[in-house]
Amino acid sequence: MPKKVENVGCPYCGVCCDDLVVTVSDDGKKILEVENACAIGNQIFHHATGGERVKLPRLRQPDGTYKDISYDEAVDYAAKVLHNAKKPLIYGFGSTNCEGMAAAAKVAERAGAVLDNCASICHGSSFLAIFDNGYPSCTLGETKNRADVIVYWGANPAHAHPRHMSRYSIFPRGFFTGKGQKSRKIIVIDPRHTDTAQVADIYLQVKQGHDYELFDAFRAVVRGHEIPEEVAGIRREQILEVAAIMKKARFGTIFYGMGLCHSDGRNHNVDIAISLTRDLNDYTKWTIMAMRGHYNITGPGAVWSWQYGFPYCLDLTKKDIAHMNPGETSSVDLAMRDEVDAFFNVGTDAGAHFPIEAVKHLRKHPWITVDPNICMASEISDLHIPVGIVGVEVPGIVYRMDNVPIQYRKVIDPPEGVISDEELFERIHRRLCELEAEEAAKGQAKATPEGVRAEE
Amino acid sequence: MANRITLNMITQRSIEEGVAMEKGKTTPEYFEACSIIEMHDDDVKALGLVPNQLVRVTSECGSVVVKTVRGRQSLYPGLAFIPQGVWANQIVPPRTQATGEPQYSGFPVTVEPANGERRKSALELVQGAVGLWRGDQ
Repeated sequence: MPKKVENVGCPYCGVCCDDLVVTVSDDGKKILEVENACAIGNQIFHHATGGERVKLPRLRQPDGTYKDISYDEAVDYAAKVLHNAKKPLIYGFGSTNCEGMAAAAKVAERAGAVLDNCASICHGSSFLAIFDNGYPSCTLGETKNRADVIVYWGANPAHAHPRHMSRYSIFPRGFFTGKGQKSRKIIVIDPRHTDTAQVADIYLQVKQGHDYELFDAFRAVVRGHEIPEEVAGIRREQILEVAAIMKKARFGTIFYGMGLCHSDGRNHNVDIAISLTRDLNDYTKWTIMAMRGHYNITGPGAVWSWQYGFPYCLDLTKKDIAHMNPGETSSVDLAMRDEVDAFFNVGTDAGAHFPIEAVKHLRKHPWITVDPNICMASEISDLHIPVGIVGVEVPGIVYRMDNVPIQYRKVIDPPEGVISDEELFERIHRRLCELEAEEAAKGQAKATPEGVRAEE
Repeated sequence: MANRITLNMITQRSIEEGVAMEKGKTTPEYFEACSIIEMHDDDVKALGLVPNQLVRVTSECGSVVVKTVRGRQSLYPGLAFIPQGVWANQIVPPRTQATGEPQYSGFPVTVEPANGERRKSALELVQGAVGLWRGDQ
C-alpha cells in the first residue's frame, strides 16, 4: 500500500514550501507522486528515484575517466588534499542542511580554509548593505496577513520562486487581507516585462542598471522634493503615482532579487532600497526582504554567523580567528587571483554557475565535488562524492528566506551506502586530525597535490 | 541590415532552466532551455534573422553560440537575455566590483549571425574549457 507523507518541506527555493504531500511506494523505495509542489520542486523529488544515481565516490583516472572507490578512500583523499593545500576553498552549501554546514565549518577551521557559500555570487551584496544600513524586514507570514502593497523589484518569482506569490504575497487570504489579491496593490519594477509583471497592477520598465536612480527618485518624492520629468526610463507621473500608493499603504513589503545584486551598483542598490523602506516608515509600515534563492542558502549565514560572526566569505586560514572581506575573500575573486590551491564544491554547481574564467583558474588545482547528482562540477572534478538529498533522503534544519528555521523530514532512504553531508564532513574531520597527528609524529613536510588531467 | 550589433546582456533564472537543471544538466531539456538568447524583434530584424537561427554572442571575456528565440517575457530594444547556466557563463565577466558577485547582468556583448556554426553541449563547453573534453561520450 503506497504511503502518503504530509507536510513535507521542498528542497528547491527560499520559499521553503512545507505543505507538500509525497506518495511513496509500499516498499519505501520509489516516489510515486508529489502534490502541491511547483514544477521545479516536483522534478527534484521525482529525480531522486527516477533517474540514474551515483552510489559510490568516483576518482578521476589519468585517462580522464572515473573509477568507483569506497567512501573510506574518498574521505582519505579529501582529507589529504585539504591537509596538503596551503589555502583550500570550500564553497557552496545552497542545497544542504544546517547540520552539514556546521560539520563543514569544523573541517574548514581545521584545514585553515576559506569557507564561502552561494550568497557570494547571489545575495552577498545584500549582506554588505544590511551591515551598513540595517534590515527593516518581517516574516513571510506577516506579509501574508498584513501587506496591502507588494513591490517586486528586480525579482521574477513566477520563474525563480514559483509559489511565492500564491503562498505569501499576492493571492493568499490573510488575517487582515481577507480579500486576497483584491485587497492588494502589486507593483513590479524590472527591465523585462516578466511573467511576474503580468499579474501586476502597475509595471515600471526601469532601464537596466539604473535602479539606484529610480530608488533615489522615490526617496526624493517621499521626502517632498521635485524630480525630473523622467528618471531611469520612468515618467515622473508614474513615479508620483507609485510613491503615493506606497505612502498610503497600511503595510508594504519590497521583495527584491538579483536585478539589484547582479547589476552595476550591487550593494549600493540594496542599500538605497533599505533607505527607501526606512523613509516610508515615517508614514506607515514598510518592510523589505531579499528573495533568497536556494531553500537553505539563508542557513550558512545563520550557522556561520553564530559560529564565527560572519555569514559568508570567511577566511579561516588563521583557524579560529576568522575574517571576512568580500572582494578579497570571496570565491570568484580568490579564483581569479589564483589564490587558492584546492577547491571543494559542496551542494552547488560552480562548474555551471561560475563565470567560466573562474572555473578555469580553480581547475588548475585539485577539485572535489560533494553533491547527490551529476552536474558540471562533478564532471570536471578529481573526486566526486555522492551524498543523500536533503529534504528527500536526509532530514535536517533549513532556514527560509525570512530567517525562519524549519525542520525538514525525509520521505525515503538514500540509495544503499550513500551517506549524508554531515557524516561525510565528520569523517573528513576525523581523518584530517589523524593526518595532523601522523605528520607531527614524523615531522613530514607538506606537498601540494596536483589535479588529474585527461591525456591530451 | 547589420552584420553585428551591440546589446546590453542580462542573465537570470528561467523556470524552464530550473526544471531542466533538476532533471540534469546533461539532458536535452537543459540544452534547449539554456542555449538560447532572447532579444527584441527589432534587434533580431537588424541582424537580418528570424527566430530559431543561431547567433554568436561575444563579451569582453568569451564567446558562445546560442539560438535566438522569441521569449514570452518581452525586452526593450538594446537589451538581451540568456538564461543563467552554462552558456551564459561562457561570456559573464568575472569582475565583481569588490563584492564577490560577478557581472551577471548589464555587460556589453556583440551579437552576429553564426552561419555554419553549431551550439556546443554543456559538457563540451565546461570540460573543454578545462582540458577534460574527450569528444561525445
